[in-house]
Amino acid sequence: MSRVGPTLTALATGLILAMLALILGHVTVHGWSVVTWGFLSGGAEEGLFTVGRSGIFPMLFGTAARVILMTLLVIPAGVITAVYLNEYAPASGRLTRWVRGAVNHLAGVPSIVFGLFGLGFFIGFVGAGLDDWLRPGAVQPYWAGEGLLWASATLAVMTLPVVVVATEEALRAVPAGLREASLALGATRLQTIIRIVLPHSLSGILTGSILAIGRAAGEVVPLLFTGAALYVSRLPGSLNDKFMDLAYHVWVLCTQSPDIDQTKPLLYGTVLVLLGLTLSLNLVAVVIRARISRNPQATP
Amino acid sequence: MSDADSVTTPPSPPPAKPPWHDLARGRVARPGEWLVEKGIFAVSLTAIVMILLIFVFVGREALPILLGQADSAAARVQRILPPEDVDRMTPSELRAALGLSRRKFAARSLEEQKAALKEIYAVRAEADRNGAEAIPDKDSEVNTVGWRYLILPHQWTGYSRPEFIWQPVSQIQKFNVVPLLVGSLKVTLVAVLFALPLALGAALYVSQFASRRLRAWIKPAIEMLAGVPSVVLGFFALFVLAAALESVFAFQSRLNAFVAGIALGVAIIPVIFALAEEALSAVPRGYVEGALAVGASRWQAAWGVALPAAWPGVFAAVVLGFGRALGETMIVLMASGNAAILSWSLFDSSRTVTATIAAELGEVVFGGHHYRVLFLLGTLVLAVSFVANLVADGVMNRLRRRLASSS
Amino acid sequence: MTPGRLLALGAVVGLLTAVPSLARAGTLNLKGSDTMVVLAQRWAVEYAKLRPATRIQITGGGSGVGFAALQNGTTDLALASRPIRLVEIEGCIRAFGRRPREHRVALDGLAIYVNEANPVEALSLDQLEGIFSGRLNNWAAVGGVDAPIVRFGRESSSGSYEFFKRRVLGGRDFAVRTQSVSGTAAILQVVAREPHGIGYGGVAYGAGTRHLRIRPSADEPAIEPTEETILDRRYPIWRYLYIYANPAVETGEAGDFLRWVTGPQGQEVVREVGYCPLPPEGSNP
Repeated sequence: MSRVGPTLTALATGLILAMLALILGHVTVHGWSVVTWGFLSGGAEEGLFTVGRSGIFPMLFGTAARVILMTLLVIPAGVITAVYLNEYAPASGRLTRWVRGAVNHLAGVPSIVFGLFGLGFFIGFVGAGLDDWLRPGAVQPYWAGEGLLWASATLAVMTLPVVVVATEEALRAVPAGLREASLALGATRLQTIIRIVLPHSLSGILTGSILAIGRAAGEVVPLLFTGAALYVSRLPGSLNDKFMDLAYHVWVLCTQSPDIDQTKPLLYGTVLVLLGLTLSLNLVAVVIRARISRNPQATP
Repeated sequence: MSDADSVTTPPSPPPAKPPWHDLARGRVARPGEWLVEKGIFAVSLTAIVMILLIFVFVGREALPILLGQADSAAARVQRILPPEDVDRMTPSELRAALGLSRRKFAARSLEEQKAALKEIYAVRAEADRNGAEAIPDKDSEVNTVGWRYLILPHQWTGYSRPEFIWQPVSQIQKFNVVPLLVGSLKVTLVAVLFALPLALGAALYVSQFASRRLRAWIKPAIEMLAGVPSVVLGFFALFVLAAALESVFAFQSRLNAFVAGIALGVAIIPVIFALAEEALSAVPRGYVEGALAVGASRWQAAWGVALPAAWPGVFAAVVLGFGRALGETMIVLMASGNAAILSWSLFDSSRTVTATIAAELGEVVFGGHHYRVLFLLGTLVLAVSFVANLVADGVMNRLRRRLASSS
Repeated sequence: MTPGRLLALGAVVGLLTAVPSLARAGTLNLKGSDTMVVLAQRWAVEYAKLRPATRIQITGGGSGVGFAALQNGTTDLALASRPIRLVEIEGCIRAFGRRPREHRVALDGLAIYVNEANPVEALSLDQLEGIFSGRLNNWAAVGGVDAPIVRFGRESSSGSYEFFKRRVLGGRDFAVRTQSVSGTAAILQVVAREPHGIGYGGVAYGAGTRHLRIRPSADEPAIEPTEETILDRRYPIWRYLYIYANPAVETGEAGDFLRWVTGPQGQEVVREVGYCPLPPEGSNP
């Protein structure tokens, strides 16, 4: 066993890495020739499912829009939560424990529940409330419908823990000496945080944001009920427009294409772009984090 | 996909550092700053508020069924009233007959609501005359959203024996959740059984045998696996894995619990690996070195000393992996075949709780019975993953404390 | 973040929220039948050439999804591959006080798909009912090889599911072992892979997959689903495709769109996509 055991564990490791390589390799081999400039910049004017003519630009645009909007919502909330936890909260207070627990549990809530939550809370409660207040008596709902804003808000709640954890990690790495020096020079606590602590943890905040974006970009389930559409005739221009989406489009091509075998090239191309996007975001985050942990003092 | 990183480093109490109040030599906050600091405190409560809102807003929709107040039979056996009777109705009777919530009822005038009810009776009378949908059925007086019918088998009209049936779109809606629960359990079990040996092996290798340089490569690589979106894993299972496994096992149904389970296993490997690896790495070097010093081989030290010491961590990893697998949606929706059969065979296609919610939530009328049953299933998924998280978290925290104090 | 930047951020967010109240003049939501989304998408593209300012948003999911959305007020037009049901009409009246208006927009035959290797050429409606209700479980019973029948159907939200259930099964439940697949395309794909599989779906999807001829009853000749046999109703499993709308919404943009769809240009698109255009007025039986 002394020989066999370590070999087996190495084999298990190898197998896991092989799975990743297999998925990447398979998608790359089949999708590589599809991803041309025309594919990336084209739309659905010739139909959603016309091999060689249909493109994914509207999907890329939609994904970018919802991710950017999500970032605007989640980064302030996540960073401020982390700042409170690391800079203000009493380390052993009950409330601190609760906030930490809530962040942790939020990370464990299944994405399907976020879908239900987005529908029940953002659309059914907040949106309906806005409609009652702003547009009483309207025939069709305006805010109480699926759209960019509610999809982004749902995703923001989902990715909050990612940002909080990454930011807190970075805040913790800021040497206490810096804080002391700042305070000794007569700065207040808030000044110290804004001028000294946050700039020093920028790369950590960046890591968190990138991870959150990577996570959100590949997510489909919450979008099913909050805003993704199979087709829209124009790019989304306002907060309650529905949007086409890259990850959702993979699902569409898998299930709603009129002839799956024939439209497979489109599917592989879309999957390759999605996979490339999410994995390179993750890769960037890993690299930044590795640099921080190797040399925590060196960050600006 | 899963966010292994937010789990591998759960917000543990920060390492000992001088508390702020020892450092409070700076100026006292100015009034504006005081306000900002209160704001920071308020925003930091977002996570708590959101968790509460999730429970409230998912649970709220399921409440009438949980409490047994919903009755699906009432609408089916309602009598048709002549227009004069409708005119004589009090507002509350009218609201009950229309089955509207207070808010929706108030949205239109009383006269309009009366006209609506008359229209409904007219539509029903027409249908009765045509005899279109009136299939006499002993089940039409059954409240199919009662607890008994959600859980226990029932002999529906046209069936030869009592069965567990999930057929939410039907003359008589049938909401038995048992086939879905069994489907979820089957798929999850396959996933955990597939993922555990691989993830645990890799965790042992990385924490005990790999060189530091190798380790620095392997850990991020496995983390990358967590970055693969679940829709991509689902796609892969549907187009590649299903065909490959079918040629090996010759299934009767190409998409089944086994295929979905394997794909789901790939998804939870990073989750189990991350936690197990953290636990194994937290075992003090002294344990392993001590074992090596008394003549144990490296394998004996890893298997006989490090693993038992980290055992609670492995348990936590499995619990968390189980919770994740149960809550995963896209992969099972695409690869499990989605037939709501009550069968324990792994090679039958099966429909899971999460896939059911995803596939059917679009087709339900807000506030209807089907809608509420789907939210009930959502509440169940939420509760189970919450408990799994709680258990994993508690076990890991105790383990961290124990290992930290014994090193 | 300095107050200045904070202010700038606030301005951006404010702008973003202010814009929608100005925009959204002509947005048209279409939701429903998966069978119809390809058709609807082609309609949207052609219509956009005429009315570039109109924004058309299409979501699939099934006819049930469309009707639910109509009741929930989350769509303007519901795409449906089956007629509306009684409970759905009642739901609409509850939601907006009036019956929804029905528009027939095309004709479609439902083809029965089997694997290339399957020797069976034709089935009668009765045999089909037996297969999908679970009465017949082996291909040998209908003249095929001795192998269990593997049934594929659609999700219960699908209009094809409902229509098939009503037309072929007479309203009874599907066999429990019917695997539900999301999308007609997915059905074709699984049937192509599964030697003993059988499934149903719109004729327009059928390129490259083998379908069966159908006998209306046991002693009648088997009919091939083509535009001709569907138009003259000889092929027994045909249906209308519909669009339903809240009459109150139908006045503006939605009304224009509906008139265009049932007009010559819209019907030309129907033919291009592979469905049968509506017969000229008056020739309806």
